[in-house]
Amino acid sequence: MAEYKYTPADFKSDQEVRWCPGCGDHAILNAVQRALPEVADALDIPHNKFTFISGIGCSSRFIYYMKTFGFHTIHGRANAVATGVKVANPDLSVWVMTGDGDSLAIGGNHFIHAIRRNVNLNVVLFNNEIYGLTKGQYSPTSKLGKITKTSPYGTVEKPFNPGELVIGAKGTFFARSVDMEVMLTKECLVEGAKHEGMSVTEVLQNCVIFNDKTHAMFAGDKATRAEHTITLRHGEKMLFGANRDKGLVFENKKLKVVTVGQDGYTLDDVLTHDAHEQDTTLHVMLAAMKYPDYPVALGVIRSVADPTVYDRRVAEQVEEVRAASKIKCMDDLLRSGETWRIE
Amino acid sequence: MLYLHTNKSHSILIEMDTTKSSVPKDVVIRFSGDSGDGMQLTGTLFSDTSALMGNDISTFPDYPAEIRAPQGTVAGVSGFQVHFGSCRIENPGDYCDVLVAMNPAALKANRKWLKKGATVIIDGDSITEEHIKRAGFATDAPIKELGLEEYNVVVPDITTMTRQALAGFNLDNKSVVKCKNMFALGICFFMFERPEDHAKVYLTSKFAKKNPEIAKANITAMEAGYNYAANTHQFANTYIPPAKLEKGLYRSINGNVATAWGFCAASEKSGRPLFCGSYPITPATVILEELAKRKDLGVKTVQAEDEIAGICTSIGAAFAGDLAVTTTSGPGLSLKSEALGLAVMAELPLVLVDVQRGGPSTGLPTKTEQSDLQQALYGRNGECPLVVIAASTPSDCFHYAFTAAKIAMEHMTPVILLTDGFIANGSEPWRIPSMSDYPAIVPPIVDEAPEGGFMPYARNERLARGWAFPGKAGLEHRVGGLEKHSLYGSISHDPANHQLMVRTRAAKVAKVVEDVPPQEIYGDNEGDLLVVGWGGTRGHLHNAVEQMREEGHSVSLAHFNYINPLPANTADVFKGFKRIVVCELNEGQFAGYLRQHFREFEFEQFNKCEGQPFTVVELKEKFNDLLK
Repeated sequence: MAEYKYTPADFKSDQEVRWCPGCGDHAILNAVQRALPEVADALDIPHNKFTFISGIGCSSRFIYYMKTFGFHTIHGRANAVATGVKVANPDLSVWVMTGDGDSLAIGGNHFIHAIRRNVNLNVVLFNNEIYGLTKGQYSPTSKLGKITKTSPYGTVEKPFNPGELVIGAKGTFFARSVDMEVMLTKECLVEGAKHEGMSVTEVLQNCVIFNDKTHAMFAGDKATRAEHTITLRHGEKMLFGANRDKGLVFENKKLKVVTVGQDGYTLDDVLTHDAHEQDTTLHVMLAAMKYPDYPVALGVIRSVADPTVYDRRVAEQVEEVRAASKIKCMDDLLRSGETWRIE
Repeated sequence: MLYLHTNKSHSILIEMDTTKSSVPKDVVIRFSGDSGDGMQLTGTLFSDTSALMGNDISTFPDYPAEIRAPQGTVAGVSGFQVHFGSCRIENPGDYCDVLVAMNPAALKANRKWLKKGATVIIDGDSITEEHIKRAGFATDAPIKELGLEEYNVVVPDITTMTRQALAGFNLDNKSVVKCKNMFALGICFFMFERPEDHAKVYLTSKFAKKNPEIAKANITAMEAGYNYAANTHQFANTYIPPAKLEKGLYRSINGNVATAWGFCAASEKSGRPLFCGSYPITPATVILEELAKRKDLGVKTVQAEDEIAGICTSIGAAFAGDLAVTTTSGPGLSLKSEALGLAVMAELPLVLVDVQRGGPSTGLPTKTEQSDLQQALYGRNGECPLVVIAASTPSDCFHYAFTAAKIAMEHMTPVILLTDGFIANGSEPWRIPSMSDYPAIVPPIVDEAPEGGFMPYARNERLARGWAFPGKAGLEHRVGGLEKHSLYGSISHDPANHQLMVRTRAAKVAKVVEDVPPQEIYGDNEGDLLVVGWGGTRGHLHNAVEQMREEGHSVSLAHFNYINPLPANTADVFKGFKRIVVCELNEGQFAGYLRQHFREFEFEQFNKCEGQPFTVVELKEKFNDLLK
């Protein structure tokens, strides 16, 4: 454990933050700036090694507000650019700031392949279920039937659930938070940074202008959140509710919401969260839980160890081949294989 | 001399000159068969053997896009042309002295490439009703139908004799028949007095792990072919002595490998690790394959999920401080356009190799063309200038890849390196350079913040901004695709700033001219006709101009490698000539570019879009017309 003793202020750039007043992005910026001092100490990462990569969209403006190395790239390509950064220099702590349009629509291919490769990136996926920067068109996470400027009669396509997508693409870490829960977001981000391999933290974010209150039914205020979300922590019982009297049990191959002490259910019946379980079944079920049938799962849903971390394996393979090869420099290579001399 | 050759179904008279009185300086052999017949291997073994004997060589693989195209059809014919000689060999040759055809389709497909009186060796066993039909002959006499009476047609039963030679082997019929290409190679080795040693070593190691019996069978078939040719006295036997090449150590190299190695060399000379993000695409894939092998030199490769990720991972690596390259061909260049714009805007060093092929769209994946030039120059949104250079022979791909990387890093700009399918797949002997002959590469790396703080878009005398990669303390900064303030790199929508930045980016690329050598002229500096070319056509153009000059014509050649910026003396080069003809394998893209820059000159054109290189013959015809 290092002791850099950074403060959030050490990560604030001199740029004026230009998101709309009331935008959920402000809270995410706050959470990230609070997370980095902890990450720096926990993983011994000095300030100059933090690198933020973004694509295009409101969320992608993020990097200008961070006093770190930053690269605001092009629409959908943040995960690809970040993969290059991380492979070029695995010592960097590389963060990807991206949105539901950026990573799940135009950049969907890079997103799933970065997950599959398990590149050691920390991806923060801002999910507001709308295209904000282009002023309100539906996104791949907009609810079926959503009326927007490009779906004036409602969408006729089903949305992605990012958690299912991440786990389906062989994701080793998936967490979910809500913009207003700054401390929970921070907790997820620190856990994601500690995870070796790609971490995706989805933050349910409110677009106050074009999709206001899209998450409000279960996340609108503290009381609602207590009743309609469940914060999962590894090793703890899956309990929720203002009085923590509701729980999740597994029955008939399905998750079920019960009240402890009612209908014969006891605390023992309530599931204990195991984020480290390799099997994806329960993690997918938890990530897929939808209001109003279930509480929406928050916290670290999946965090499993996997030695196949892409950037590390690339570096290791280079070193292995280098050590074993007779070719040490260009002159060796040029003279290797079949050659002949003309006198 | 007359020889009578008979086999069961065909009896023809052939005439061959076996005297050594008129030993040719150079010979062109074309190996041709079904795409599964192993013609590429046969040709490569012949050319490598010739190179090892000290001949100068040039090769040209010409193969279909399908891996195993329909057997016996003209569309499925795969060819490999070897041009070797005791003189300087600049191209694979237009027409062949010897055609080895493994079936009637191969004969039909290559009829037009026969030199007058050429020797044609066709497998007699392949001349069956079925093969003749599949090849689309109208009659059952393909040799007559193609009008080959005046040619030296030899019809050995290659398949039968291969079977007989391998009778004692414990191999299935398919494996036995597959060795017939080595029988044909043996015949050619005899015809040109080539030793079999190299091929034996190669075959032994190639099949060592898989099945040593197959290696032995291939070698036996080759020896049988050699002995058959020696014993039957059907074949002329000619020795082509070594060429008078510059003294030194040589190796054979193709354009794609040379390109890969040029980047490795630039990595060594700059001290920046080499990174290649790429996606497989014909005919560029071999560069990625070669770089993937070069982990021994610390090269990192990412086989990306698509073309866009190929360039984007490379841009990320460039941001992080690596020498970043990405490789592709035409359709991939289209997909990479937006990201190239990002590299221009972020002012990061990046080399994109476009191994051009026939287009548009999927076009002719395995055939050559030069039709991506305008896309390389202009194919991006906004005012988006970058450096464009072109290699012109298989081996000079090394030099231009090195140079592209040097310019990219020292000027902090993306560079497009254009090669093409012809030079990428073609090979030639290459005098191995010493790395001590290559210059150091010194990128404008910033290690610590200057007084007053680091400004990401502050520039040096080359107008290059500093390269301050993540990890360097005190240099934290942001870059991106939005227009940047001319010094601080923060977002700026200020009209005057945008104008300044547009002109500065252009001026930076224009300044590269200071590192571009003057354009050379082959021939005289003035005269009746200047032939202008660029990129991979040099071997043919140079050869044609050389012959025209030997014939007493006032013709010179200016062959360009630096396209943007053009060499500083370009206008002076054009001044001395009555007529200028721009020859290129497209419909006039370089000619149009030159007209835009040099309105005072008239540029005539000679263009071809057949997926094939120029022939020296057609070039000379055109030049002779222009001189009338």
